[in-house]
Amino acid sequence: MTFENQTVKFILRGKTCEVKAGMTLLDSLKKLDILPESVIAVRQGELILEDEILKPGEVIQLVAVISGGAR
Amino acid sequence: MKCRTCGTKAAVNMRQHKLALCKQHFLEWLPEQTARFIKKYRMFGQHEKVLVAVSGGKDSLSLWDILHRLGYQADGLYLGLGIDEGIGYSDQSRRLTEQFARQRGLTLHVVDIRSTYGYDIPTLSALTHRGHNRPCAVCGVVKRHEMNRIARDLGYDVLATGHNLDDEVSVLLGNTFSWQVELMARQAPVLPAHDGLARKVKPLCRFYEKEMTAYALLRGIEYIYEECPFSAGSTTIYYKEMLNRLENDRPGAKLAFYLKFLEARESGLFQPPAEFAQPMYNCPSCGQLTQYEGRCSFCRMMEKAQSHS
Repeated sequence: MTFENQTVKFILRGKTCEVKAGMTLLDSLKKLDILPESVIAVRQGELILEDEILKPGEVIQLVAVISGGAR
Repeated sequence: MKCRTCGTKAAVNMRQHKLALCKQHFLEWLPEQTARFIKKYRMFGQHEKVLVAVSGGKDSLSLWDILHRLGYQADGLYLGLGIDEGIGYSDQSRRLTEQFARQRGLTLHVVDIRSTYGYDIPTLSALTHRGHNRPCAVCGVVKRHEMNRIARDLGYDVLATGHNLDDEVSVLLGNTFSWQVELMARQAPVLPAHDGLARKVKPLCRFYEKEMTAYALLRGIEYIYEECPFSAGSTTIYYKEMLNRLENDRPGAKLAFYLKFLEARESGLFQPPAEFAQPMYNCPSCGQLTQYEGRCSFCRMMEKAQSHS
């Protein structure tokens, strides 16, 4: 398994970043310094909540809640 | 996290209500709550004609969707502001609004500001030197004037806007910082009809912006994701981010701030002193209400633009 597959990819406003897999969404957002209140996480078209444990190779789209906001 | 209603996997968690719901039950809950607030604040009745100000954004399109689902007679009003800024902002928002109306068979009124008055918003701002290279002040005057005009001319009882709780609380915070008591006295879920002006209502004023985003996503509403390019770096957005940091540490803080304000307002705390209460006048040019005698700010602005073009 490659290193890439051990991570979870996040996409926010066209920018991507990665964190280690196996953490909850809440912990991953904290790691990325993203305020959970300011985004909605979408995985394969479904909304996921902060207690969701993220698996290797997953891609999470973050939808910014504040229109026009930085994050 | 499980849905409180059915126990399946939740899609939305509202910490301020200690309530998690699945997609199906959230999409039922939000319109039910909207209907409750419409009644609670006496916004409008089932037989009144409602004009929804739609921008192509998540809040206004979701509001129109909810009112339609609740069976209200709600038509849309889109104002073409002529904002491009290299991303075709107005063209894109108009396309999405027209698509939304067409897919649901709803009536949409479109007013293009440039075709109607000869200038788009950025040009008006440049000609009148208002707003320090930011046309937001001009845009606010034009939007208020046009929304009032269309609602009056087309005989609507009510003008509904998609302001959510984060919008309301960020304005409230700004007004609190500067103790703008007169503005606080005018901030409410309902502004009564006044001398030919339609009643103004904000049916989404108790929903967090996050809930409205979730609603738009779960309903599959295609909305313009980017906000107006001129809003980047605005004080409102700064306040919203600040309030979200507070909310993150203290769930329910935003809602409590707003509801306690409404209670205080209701008890008369923000009534302006009598000596500051000004009579309203009718603009001799357009007939709309204005705070000062003579022409309203919209008509004065248009006159200035014409003299500089």
